Amino acid sequence: MSRIDDVFAGLKAKNEKGLIVYLTAGDPTPESSLAYLKAAADAGADILEVGVPFSDPTADGPTIQAASKRALDGGMTLRKVLSLVSEFRKTHQTPIVMFGYYNPLFRYGVEALCKDARKAGADGFLVVDLPLEEWGEMAPMARASGLDWIPLAAPTSDQDRIRRVAASGSGFLYLISVTGITGTRSSLPPEVASWTRQVGRTIHLPLAVGFGISSPEMAKAAVAHADAAVVGSACVKIVERHGANSEGPRALNRFVASIKKALR
Amino acid sequence: MSGHDTNKWPDADGHFGPFGGRYVAETLMTALVELEAAYRKAARDKEFKAELSSLSRDFAGRPTPLYFARRLSEKGKGARIFLKREDLAHTGSHKINNTLGQGLLAVRMGKKRIIAETGAGQHGVATATICAKLGLSCVVYMGEEDVRRQALNVFRMKLLGAEVIPVSSGSRTLKDAMNEALRDWVTNVRNTYYMIGTTAGPHPYPLMVREFQSVIGKEAIVQFKKACGGLPSAVVACIGGGSNAMGIFHAFVPHEKVRLIGVEAGGFGLASGRHGAPLCKGQVGVLHGTKSYLLQDADGQVAEAHSISAGLDYPGVGPEHAFLKSTGRARYVAITDSQALEGFDLLTRFEGIIPALESSHAVAYGYALARKMGKDETVIINVSGRGDKDTSTILEERKGVTP
Repeated sequence: MSRIDDVFAGLKAKNEKGLIVYLTAGDPTPESSLAYLKAAADAGADILEVGVPFSDPTADGPTIQAASKRALDGGMTLRKVLSLVSEFRKTHQTPIVMFGYYNPLFRYGVEALCKDARKAGADGFLVVDLPLEEWGEMAPMARASGLDWIPLAAPTSDQDRIRRVAASGSGFLYLISVTGITGTRSSLPPEVASWTRQVGRTIHLPLAVGFGISSPEMAKAAVAHADAAVVGSACVKIVERHGANSEGPRALNRFVASIKKALR
Repeated sequence: MSGHDTNKWPDADGHFGPFGGRYVAETLMTALVELEAAYRKAARDKEFKAELSSLSRDFAGRPTPLYFARRLSEKGKGARIFLKREDLAHTGSHKINNTLGQGLLAVRMGKKRIIAETGAGQHGVATATICAKLGLSCVVYMGEEDVRRQALNVFRMKLLGAEVIPVSSGSRTLKDAMNEALRDWVTNVRNTYYMIGTTAGPHPYPLMVREFQSVIGKEAIVQFKKACGGLPSAVVACIGGGSNAMGIFHAFVPHEKVRLIGVEAGGFGLASGRHGAPLCKGQVGVLHGTKSYLLQDADGQVAEAHSISAGLDYPGVGPEHAFLKSTGRARYVAITDSQALEGFDLLTRFEGIIPALESSHAVAYGYALARKMGKDETVIINVSGRGDKDTSTILEERKGVTP
């Protein structure tokens, strides 16, 4: 049982839905980034996705693009992301999924990275631009280091493909709610409910629904047939607004708590 | 013939040895699988091939001539120089070969909305042209910097009915245009066809674009044989993403005694760090769906390229070129901005042909190479496009003074 498995087992026991919060590591500075991560965890986030900033985030909308740029301008590197994770781990047990694009990970060296990530206290990887066809590059090394390999499913993935990715991944299945890039939306398409119900019946992994969720109401609707909601851009916008100001983590705490409340 | 079996690569998953592949978001995978199936079906279909070949002739103006550059050869006092005249193809560059093929494919797939990225605007114009011809809607992403320096092509695209969307992120050039095109595609994937303009991007694009462009080399090999008998000593082409080079190289790859030389953008010089030469100076990496050589920093962040020519101003390169480099079958060199301008002047003044700044890189290197070669040897330079679009850049470079 990984720390992520434990979280979902615990949620099930409490009959509660999970909240996964995404933040870009190093946004806007490494120090304030740590404060934001702790604020999200303290407010009840069940899992944290820590984004490794990349110069060319082609699956991200303007909000996370800008966050990556702020982090890179502030001198963030993958090594510093690992330090951030180990700093966080000194005080918190919330599972961390390292989330990012492949090139910085490849450049670091996949095997060394998996070992170092485990040592730093990370629990899994989610690599946006490594589809099933290219998993051989990294998934076996992640597993060998005891890390979960989080699979993704999109509205364009057919049932057979979803079964295959779910069978080879672990932790949870990240369901991308809409075709598109990351970013806050005012509502999710109505078919998300029937789609998540259908996927939930065919696979054994917990389901997390993400992309576009920006309010407690949307989070609640998204998990009608799923186990967790992922909230990214809406949290990153709070970081964007407050920057390194100490009010920022408090504002994030309030926002995350309001969403978690809707999922209990 | 030799160990270089041109049909062996890419493998079924789109890999050229350790390069290539499909490094894309899950949302795009199904579209790539569908595209590959549609492409493979069309490539075997007699009707598709007949339509493409008839349009290549009557619409695009193929075959383009292989022209003996007599005065340039005499000036060089070395190898005889031949020019493959892609500048004479419809729309002014080789880009039409690919957009014709992909346009017909898009129609077969029932896609009515086409998106494309463009650097110099040549691919954008070729895409807008084929969309006008086939009655498809067309959106072209172009970096703001390129919109500025290639104003003529922007105007041409608009005349042809395309919507040109300037991209203001990053270096505001080709790389960023491709980022935005990918974001559009991931959003509108169900009704949109992404017409990539070069032999880069995820599988099947490097394969498909190479095949549509390989007509250049297939013609050249026959034309050369007719003109001189045998094979040329060397073939030289410029490389941004690498489509005109793959197009002319492909037919020659199995003929190992023909030297294949790709010319990258040397910008302000390879030592300056400001260039567009990933094969000469980059490391292996993953960008825009493919693994190949890439300009990047030690932390895997993509570096900004620089070139006087917008079409070569790209930090990545097609995976098959990385593969040909790794096997030693092709060699890759760089020509600086100022050397390219000299190449531009040479061809303009000695042959009456104004080449694109991209092609001028190949001209500069091909001419210097020919000078060092024997009179019994021959060089084919691929003149991938014409230079009308670059006149404002040249005027700016020379502060309005004609040489």
